[in-house]
Amino acid sequence: MTPSKLYVDGLCKKYGQVTALEPTQLEVAQGEFLTLLGPSGSGKTTLLQLICGLVEATSGRILIDGQDQSDVPVYRRDIGLVFQHYALFPHLTVAENIGFPLRMRGRPSAEIKTRVAAALDMVHLGHLAGRFPRELSGGQQQRVALARCFVYQPSIILMDEPLGALDKKLRDHMQIEIKRLHRDSGATIVYVTHDQDEALALSDRICLMNHARIEQLGTPQDIYRKPRTAFAADFIGISNIFRGTFRTEGERICLETPQGVFRLPSECAPTGDGGGLVVRPEQLQLGGRPENALAGLVRETVYAGSETRIIVRSAGDQDVTLRLPSHQRAPAMGETVTIGWDSNAAVLVP
Amino acid sequence: MSVASSSSTEGAAPLAPRSARVRLTATWLVAPGLAFLAVFFLYPVASLLFLSVTDPEGGGWSLRSFARIASTDVYLRVLGITFRVAGSTAVLSLLIGYPLAYWIASLSEAVRNRALLFVVVPFWTSYLVKTFAWMLILGRNGVINKLLMGAHVVDGPLPLLQNEFGVMVGMVHSMVPLAVITMLPVLTSIDRRLVSAAQTLGASPSHAFWMVYFKLSLPGVTAAGLLVFISSLGFFIVPAFLGGPQQTMLAQLIITQISELLNWSFAGALAVMMLATALAAFWIYDRVFGMSSISGGASVETDGKLRRVGIEALALLASASEALAAGARAVLGRRVTAGLLPAASWLIIAFLVLPTLLVIPIGFTSSEFLSFPPPGYSVRWFDTYFSSPLWIAATLRSFGVAFATALVSTVIGAAAAIALAGSRTRFGGAIFAFFLAPMIVPRVVIAVGMFYLFARLGLVATNTGLVIGHSVLALPFTVVTVTAILKTYDPRLDQAAATLGANRARTLAYVTVPIIRGGLVAAFLFAFITSFDELTIAIFISGGIATTLPKQMWDDMILQLNPTLAAVSTVVFVVVTALLLVAQRLRRTA
Repeated sequence: MTPSKLYVDGLCKKYGQVTALEPTQLEVAQGEFLTLLGPSGSGKTTLLQLICGLVEATSGRILIDGQDQSDVPVYRRDIGLVFQHYALFPHLTVAENIGFPLRMRGRPSAEIKTRVAAALDMVHLGHLAGRFPRELSGGQQQRVALARCFVYQPSIILMDEPLGALDKKLRDHMQIEIKRLHRDSGATIVYVTHDQDEALALSDRICLMNHARIEQLGTPQDIYRKPRTAFAADFIGISNIFRGTFRTEGERICLETPQGVFRLPSECAPTGDGGGLVVRPEQLQLGGRPENALAGLVRETVYAGSETRIIVRSAGDQDVTLRLPSHQRAPAMGETVTIGWDSNAAVLVP
Repeated sequence: MSVASSSSTEGAAPLAPRSARVRLTATWLVAPGLAFLAVFFLYPVASLLFLSVTDPEGGGWSLRSFARIASTDVYLRVLGITFRVAGSTAVLSLLIGYPLAYWIASLSEAVRNRALLFVVVPFWTSYLVKTFAWMLILGRNGVINKLLMGAHVVDGPLPLLQNEFGVMVGMVHSMVPLAVITMLPVLTSIDRRLVSAAQTLGASPSHAFWMVYFKLSLPGVTAAGLLVFISSLGFFIVPAFLGGPQQTMLAQLIITQISELLNWSFAGALAVMMLATALAAFWIYDRVFGMSSISGGASVETDGKLRRVGIEALALLASASEALAAGARAVLGRRVTAGLLPAASWLIIAFLVLPTLLVIPIGFTSSEFLSFPPPGYSVRWFDTYFSSPLWIAATLRSFGVAFATALVSTVIGAAAAIALAGSRTRFGGAIFAFFLAPMIVPRVVIAVGMFYLFARLGLVATNTGLVIGHSVLALPFTVVTVTAILKTYDPRLDQAAATLGANRARTLAYVTVPIIRGGLVAAFLFAFITSFDELTIAIFISGGIATTLPKQMWDDMILQLNPTLAAVSTVVFVVVTALLLVAQRLRRTA
């Protein structure tokens, strides 16, 4: 096994009575792209600030390449941070902003010049070197911030919602840009976002956070297909969750819900009295004779180009969402339909 | 183009009738203030300029007064002293004020507003009371000499008064609050994440401070330096009581020329000298830093040689202070060095607040003398104060004049602020600057000019004259206070009221004024305080028996110090502080 680049060992942060981060364990491999994903207040930004040293931990350690960083001040850590609002220095030109970290490291000015020029080329901003940040658009400012971080080649780069302030189209474009920079530089990246699509698109692994602790850690596919908790299922993608209590029917265990009695997937270990079955909208079938079926009234159909989303109101007033490819005929509003799924397409959560 | 979108009507010909009417109402709101300042501020100051170049006897054009200044050693020396004292006051006030402002800016908002009171209260405390307190502290038998002699550190009393030391202590004590209050808005607007960003990029705390934070705070620092310098130019209370003949400043000369020698045109020439100095300081400032930074606007950075040299200089400073900080940490330890800034800040606050508080126990002394600590306590000096017809008449006049001043300047100032709030034009900016001008032109210059005008109008030694004079000085404060509150006011409410059928006057009466009521009361109180402890204009305008409380204090302090003064100072301090606390509260909760 490759030694971890970054090792977070029992790291914990408390502000008085408030716990910003429960004791947390996390390993990031060399060259990995790891995303900290979660709602606001879930502890992801605290974890990021602890790693770069802007905030001091209440307990626990951070190791980079096996070296304890507790006594290393921010400015000596081999880390780069891209801020949410870019944090470009308003009194310095674009070139001076990008040259700043090299200057602080006492590099000779000739070297600074060539490396700044290279960094500017990398983000396609060579023609704006002499401008001040306020003269740039949001997307351009973001690229300067990226260049300023990549220019001194820190071995770990932290990004705190770097695309949060950009509009959707620009965000999609910058995602590709960031992926390219990651590939070209080989840096280890820890990326904070609350946008699930961004996390799924960029990451090698996603660290899903909630209530100041890690909820689930895994590849995007893992987390999407096998959410371990109702929160994980709900936060990533659209999920239908049917809650109920366990009941033994013959040799199989079933879940009895207001919408009906459903079979559990074959690979699962039910614990306690009950749980929830997570079924993704694309796993739901319309009509036919599925293993698990329920009836409902079509309440809404939403046309979204490549697909049509259908919302069905089932028993107990629960709305169920399913996706149909656009070429398929969608049922009319108010029509009664039968929907269902194969047992193994569902996931059981506590 | 739809007729409904009448808010941006520049150059929209079809909308002309309507937009003309809108502009007319704004004009009517701002007109009284403009007229008032034109007649009672601009005209007197301008005619002062005119007077200084006319012959006092013949009446023709003459530079005789200036020739006399240039040829007389004494006047040139006084000019030199004034420059030196104002310059060193500015430098020292910045050096002392910056750490305090930095510390206050770093506090969370709730704590910051409370800490700010320690600056705002000394800022508004009467110069007379502050100076009186320093006389008690620094005098031959003052607090410091008593302590030192009691501890046998010195044998005889140290000469702390009637010299440059005394003047500098008094000047700096008076000006640090102004420096802090001017710097603070710039400091709090600096994004502290930039400092974090610098550190993550490899800048040591020293480099991050000097090359980012300090650089970004420079507009505030220079603006504070300019305001302190210009205010110091016109000082006369502090040098009169804390300095000796060697520390005579320009404003003192002007007062002597008018009230003792009755040489108006020469006083005019001296005042013009002061005005010219202040304007020159402004001009230099504008050339070097740009005016926008004084009104709180972001300074526009332009690439140039000067800027790069500045950055290099800051890098050197950073390296030097990094070495210093490392040394301090090695000697004192990390924990102690981290506590240095709060400790220094509290020391500065103590320097600002404690001396003034000294007048309270001394006001309650049972002794005939101004000794501290008092041998016993009594209210006999308050009895003396309240049973003296002279003091009571002065006090009542001050209250009356302050009330009338507050009324006049709040109505005029609020109307102007409301009219200017909607304006985004360059024209509006110029008018706003004009309303602030009485705060920046040295008071003694305004007072001298006004004295000439009032002498011709027969307003000298009248309450009307005092109210007009004080209103000119109070207007900048009311305009600034109401403008600040209007920044939180949503102008769409006016549009909503208009669509619901209210005309401009009704909108003002039923929507705007009720919403900004707190700010209006705060403006009223600031104007009241400005008038209540105003001395400069009172010296010229309130002649004879029509004296105000500060004028009476001034006369008494010149004659002889006595415990009644301490009692009066206590009353003035308590009244002003109480009104101020109410005003601060209203300004925030409005």
